[in-house]
Amino acid sequence: MIIAEQKSIDEIISSLEGFKSAVVAACGTCVTVCMSGGEKEAIRLADALEIEAKSRGGCLKTSVTCPTRQCDMEFLDENEEALGSAECILSLGCGAGVQFLAEKFPDKVVLPGLNTEFIGVNRDIGYWTEMCQGCGNCMLAKTGGVCPVTRCSKSNFNGPCGGSSSGKCEIDPDTDCAWQLIYDRMKRLGRLDELLEINEIRDWRTSRDGGPRSVVREDVR
Amino acid sequence: MPGDKGNLQKILESGAFSVSAEIGPPMSADANFVIKKASELKGIIDSANVTDNQTAVVRMSSIAASYLASVNGVEPVVQMTCRDRNRIAIQSDLLGAYALGLRNLLVLSGDHQCFGNHPQSKNVYDVDSIQLLGSLKRMKEEGVFMGGSKCKFPAEFFLGATVNPFADPEELQLIRLRKKIKAGAQFVQTQAIYDVAKFEEWMEKVRSLGLHKQAYIIAGIVVNKSLKSIEMTQLVPGMLVPDALVERMRAAGQGNYDSEGVSIALDLIAQLRKVEGVSGIHIMAIGWESIVPTLVEKSGFLPRPVIE
Ligand code: SF4
Repeated sequence: MIIAEQKSIDEIISSLEGFKSAVVAACGTCVTVCMSGGEKEAIRLADALEIEAKSRGGCLKTSVTCPTRQCDMEFLDENEEALGSAECILSLGCGAGVQFLAEKFPDKVVLPGLNTEFIGVNRDIGYWTEMCQGCGNCMLAKTGGVCPVTRCSKSNFNGPCGGSSSGKCEIDPDTDCAWQLIYDRMKRLGRLDELLEINEIRDWRTSRDGGPRSVVREDVR
Repeated sequence: MPGDKGNLQKILESGAFSVSAEIGPPMSADANFVIKKASELKGIIDSANVTDNQTAVVRMSSIAASYLASVNGVEPVVQMTCRDRNRIAIQSDLLGAYALGLRNLLVLSGDHQCFGNHPQSKNVYDVDSIQLLGSLKRMKEEGVFMGGSKCKFPAEFFLGATVNPFADPEELQLIRLRKKIKAGAQFVQTQAIYDVAKFEEWMEKVRSLGLHKQAYIIAGIVVNKSLKSIEMTQLVPGMLVPDALVERMRAAGQGNYDSEGVSIALDLIAQLRKVEGVSGIHIMAIGWESIVPTLVEKSGFLPRPVIE
């Protein structure tokens, strides 16, 4: 899922300057699960913003609404009235949600309440790590199910750099070296030989480097 | 001339033992800095590695400094990391380097930018070091760019790679070395060696795979000037410095560290040159380049062979 973190109250309140009212829009999917932009967080943030605005000598009226997903127009339509009921919208969706809301309400200012971080997993309570960059050409079949594009700090395709040490990445002793993980997996699976094969130079057009991407599926249209 | 060979390649192919060192470009646009270093090393070594923004600190470009070294009498080994350039920039720069007469190229991943003076920067890693070696081999053999189009007058570098004999996991590091050589590395420079016994064990594996016959293995050493410097080296991840050597430095006592450092380096050189499958020595005298002539001379490496 997409992992995001709430921006500081300070940054949010400054972006809201000049507005008297705001709808805090939660999102019911990823950001609810990673506890940054769900209904609970939206209610808490809305209250905090009102108090903060007051303490700064201003006045901000907030309300909260929670579309099932901000990345589907259907759900934005469903919540149209609530979403449009204030001067501006503070979206607690990921970057996609913020932008889709801006499309839905062309005459309204839509502000981000979160920093969208990455596609990742939940490893422990309050602990998420990045797993996928959405590069558009999955090579996990060749690397024992560990992504070197994302999890190697240098996106090495053919083995570890010289900085790998005791299983950790050179950039930080708390970060696993992706190639150590790949090695461990492949060894365990008895497929170490496959690592001898050279992964050829990549075509990054499938990734963001090819420009903004879209997927058109005729079979479901 | 296209296709002509550089000094380092000629020496290695002749079977002579190569001797090389490093020239770290300045953190400035000062040409004299490079010229001075080159003049100190001229006639002393067969080639000098010219680093590419080493430890991700911005310095004069490896290619520009290499050119300055070459016109001042020292054959350079240009370094190219995968950190800062995409395949367009890498190929363009390398065509330029070759056009300037530079013939040796050492390909590296590059230290992550978080270690340098621009940790805020974006990195590139469009290609990795093995892919780069493979592409440059293809460029010289088939005359094609990475994108597939023809290159009429390709750059035909003598290609090198690096290896750390002490990095873990060893099995995977050996797989990677095999890939580097398969991809196109003609010479391989090792990380600094202090533990000759461990290195011997590693070389046995290298020999059993026949890798020393497919690429020239050049043993790297670091010269330490002080107790602190050898102690610090011992702490660097991936460096294996036996306690006995640190002790030896300590026992030499204040005031004698530099001469003991030289004596340790001379011993290492003497031991390493005897290891079967080692084709040359590479001296890394970081911050103490002026000691290189002494080491080369005392090791009996002078005069350097001239091969036509
Ligand atoms: S240490 Fe491992 S994860 Fe870190 S950059 Fe090197 S190969 Fe990649």
